[in-house]
Amino acid sequence: MLHLTAGRVAGLLSRRGVAAFSTSGVKMASHGGVTEQTDMSVPLYCDRLDTPLPDRPYKDTLSAADKSLKQKEKGPWNSLSKEEKLALYRIMFNETYAEMKKPTGEWKTVVGGIFFFIGFTGLVVLWQRYYVYPPHPRTLDDEWQAMQVKRMLDMRVNPVEGFSAKWDYEKGQWK
Amino acid sequence: MKSTMSLVKPAMRGLLAKRLRFHLPIAFGLALVAAVAFKFTVTEPRKQAYADFYKHYDSMKEFSAMREAGVFESVRPTGK
Repeated sequence: MLHLTAGRVAGLLSRRGVAAFSTSGVKMASHGGVTEQTDMSVPLYCDRLDTPLPDRPYKDTLSAADKSLKQKEKGPWNSLSKEEKLALYRIMFNETYAEMKKPTGEWKTVVGGIFFFIGFTGLVVLWQRYYVYPPHPRTLDDEWQAMQVKRMLDMRVNPVEGFSAKWDYEKGQWK
Repeated sequence: MKSTMSLVKPAMRGLLAKRLRFHLPIAFGLALVAAVAFKFTVTEPRKQAYADFYKHYDSMKEFSAMREAGVFESVRPTGK
């Protein structure tokens, strides 16, 4: 890899088909083989919310009926019927804004996936609890905790507003 | 009167000043309210709690109790 000379690189490129580099084309499928390439050097159509007027009309090749409709469009528009106006729109555009903005329901997949993986993680954590965690330190036993509480009360921890303030020293019980 | 074709020119300047004129007094007021509320719900009760605690506090009695419980290292409980 380190000693790849320029000559070797040119050889590799030529074998992969320099045609792909000479025209301004783009492979549509990525894995080897010759696939249909869109010519990126001419204006393209796109359905985008932020581009209301794409670079070219949607229908490039017009049928005879479409061509006659386009001729009629050059006259007064009041003479066009509603269906003709819609047909003209569909010649220029693929989807309407309403169709582009249509909700996809993708969020259900996303939320479902989130819950699924949270659930799976829960199972993993449960398995860890039984197979990975070391034994508890003895300071978490109930006995030890009781001894700890007694010592804290003996030391009068936070006697004004906090811990020991809640203990009744005369009666020996919590207030 | 304006013709039906032209619109009112929107405000082009002083937008931040207008917003501040409205929001700053509110901000100061809320901050003041928060401070006063904290004073009367937290600091005054706390001062009172400390005053009450120390009004009848016998430090020698508390010390003896702690000593007997065995929490000190400098003095052992009276007995040993």
